[in-house]
Amino acid sequence: MSTSAPARNRDPDEREDTARALSGSRHVGDRVFAGAAVIAGLLILVTLAGVTGFLVYEGYPALVADPKELPGGEGFLSFVAPLLFGTVLAALIALVVAVPLSIGIALFISHYAPRRVASTLGYLVDLLAAIPSVVYGLWGIFFLAPQLVPTYVWLQENVGFIPFFAGPASATGRTMLTAGLVLAVMVLPIMTAVNREVFLQTPRLQEEASLALGATRWEMIRMTVLPFGRSGIISGAMLGLGRALGETIAVALVLSPSDVITVNLIGPVNTSTVAANIALNFPESSGIAVNALIASGLALFVLTFLVNFAARAIIARRREFSGANA
Amino acid sequence: MSTELHTAAASKVTLKRPSLRPRVVWVIVAGCAATGLVVGPLLGLNRTMSVVLAVVLLLVVLPLAALRVEGARRATDRLVTIVVSVAFSLALLPLLSLLWTTVKYGVGRFDPEFFFSDMRGVLGEGGGALHAIIGTLLMTGAAAVISVPIGVMSAVYLVEYGRGRLASSITILVDVMTGIPSIVAGLFSFAFFAVFFGPSIRFGLGGAVALSVLMIPVVVRSVEEMLKLVPNELREASYALGVTKWRTIARVVLPTAAAGIAAGITLAVARVIGETAPLLIIAGSTTNVNWNLFEDRMAALPVYTYYSYTIPGIPPEFGIERAWAAALTLFVIVMALNLLARLSARLFGSATSR
Repeated sequence: MSTSAPARNRDPDEREDTARALSGSRHVGDRVFAGAAVIAGLLILVTLAGVTGFLVYEGYPALVADPKELPGGEGFLSFVAPLLFGTVLAALIALVVAVPLSIGIALFISHYAPRRVASTLGYLVDLLAAIPSVVYGLWGIFFLAPQLVPTYVWLQENVGFIPFFAGPASATGRTMLTAGLVLAVMVLPIMTAVNREVFLQTPRLQEEASLALGATRWEMIRMTVLPFGRSGIISGAMLGLGRALGETIAVALVLSPSDVITVNLIGPVNTSTVAANIALNFPESSGIAVNALIASGLALFVLTFLVNFAARAIIARRREFSGANA
Repeated sequence: MSTELHTAAASKVTLKRPSLRPRVVWVIVAGCAATGLVVGPLLGLNRTMSVVLAVVLLLVVLPLAALRVEGARRATDRLVTIVVSVAFSLALLPLLSLLWTTVKYGVGRFDPEFFFSDMRGVLGEGGGALHAIIGTLLMTGAAAVISVPIGVMSAVYLVEYGRGRLASSITILVDVMTGIPSIVAGLFSFAFFAVFFGPSIRFGLGGAVALSVLMIPVVVRSVEEMLKLVPNELREASYALGVTKWRTIARVVLPTAAAGIAAGITLAVARVIGETAPLLIIAGSTTNVNWNLFEDRMAALPVYTYYSYTIPGIPPEFGIERAWAAALTLFVIVMALNLLARLSARLFGSATSR
């Protein structure tokens, strides 16, 4: 472990050398190391470009192919449209359930739980993100779906006039709503993490000022924490949306998919999602069908890219304006 | 006499506002819980619905009591407190339920045979996941070998060198890359290798590449966080001693952040080790042990779990048992990695644990 810097004598040339070394540009080791760092950074750009490039390259044949050769036989758009519909529908269910829940959880951790246990509780929620999606899928089939069947029957009998619950209720419980609920659990951790972060950043003085004026805890939260965290909540929701849109195996296992478009959330016939459809059909596909699946993957990539990009843009803009990035 | 009147009036005007005593609050909570759990079964509700009933009772009774004693504002406050606490316990329910379900169904085949045999020639009973465990270790290991140098060096670039537009665009793109759906990573790897090796390509290295696409941004993000925690004084002290920039980074900055970096890498491994979708696409599935990353299909635990359920064999219950045993194995691995990461952050660096 000899970290000793080479001893410098008083030779002017040597001093020049030291100055160069300090400025950090001319030294060979420095140049190599800096070069490696830049290359690694560039590799990330190249990878993203590569993902887009190769998906376009392999997906393009499906876009220009004879419509009759594609799965479904009516061209790429009518192949991918129901899938995109199913993807967005499942993700929206997840969002509707998870957004309020994650706000509540984040508030509990940031403002209600005792300080000492708060970080442990946060860790428990984070653990939900660590569980592999295939385990979620099995859990959805074996535990959640059977639990939900009575609820679905009740929904069909009592509020069946709403198209979402028109039924007939699935006997296995493996429905769009179940898939959406599993997705909701899966995206909870990331949304909670973002919300918790922004709630904790609320300026302490504002909180204490409102409490000093006699506000109850909830009034303090409503007047300082929530307005301050609004953009954080929005971007957290969009990050969760991105996750939900791309989730594959859990949905592929839970849903019993077909290629229809239906808004019936509790029936035995469900619209599939892009990702689940790829996972279910890719291993057995060949020829142009593979290209069609890759092209649908490209559509999914573009969709999630836009959602994530928007979320990050909101976070970045918030940082600039609120000065809360300390 | 007037003084007496005065004191009488003053005794009614107190500065203390009326409030529910904590003991009363607990009595109400316990009462609602007991009522829900006793009355629920009498009404023919199942366990879940009885709990729901108890919670709803609490949501009504406590705010009403507060409304009578303390006024509307404090009643709302109590209501929100209950709602927020219920939301939190709702988040813990799936965690417990996942744990319980996986252990309950998984222990049946969590035996030596499962870990020391593969699926060659197995149709019904028996069989194991040795090939899948080996495949998972090989592919995840290869993914780590690819991602760790790239991820660490990118983070070094972003923290120590990066200025201007390139750095800020890399930062944004790393964030965006975190959100790439795992199946898209698999499709990318397939599309990439299919260009060179044709459309029937399935091999372990492809899986490793797909996993790397998912792993690199996680590594970059966590290493970046850790490098930012290294105090600038250390860097400046090193420069003041005449140490060059790269040696400062290699000998001062990185070792200081080592514990946090190790924790971050462990978490990144934990994240990709459970990925099913990309491996389903590019690594395929097989029944034999395959040690060669560069040739032939390679099984992995998540894919094994998936296929054991979807194609369980005859009779199906043995396949489903194997699926759960594999799920339990995955669960244990992921939890162990998470604990390891947390412990290493705790033990080796106070700067990295919050």
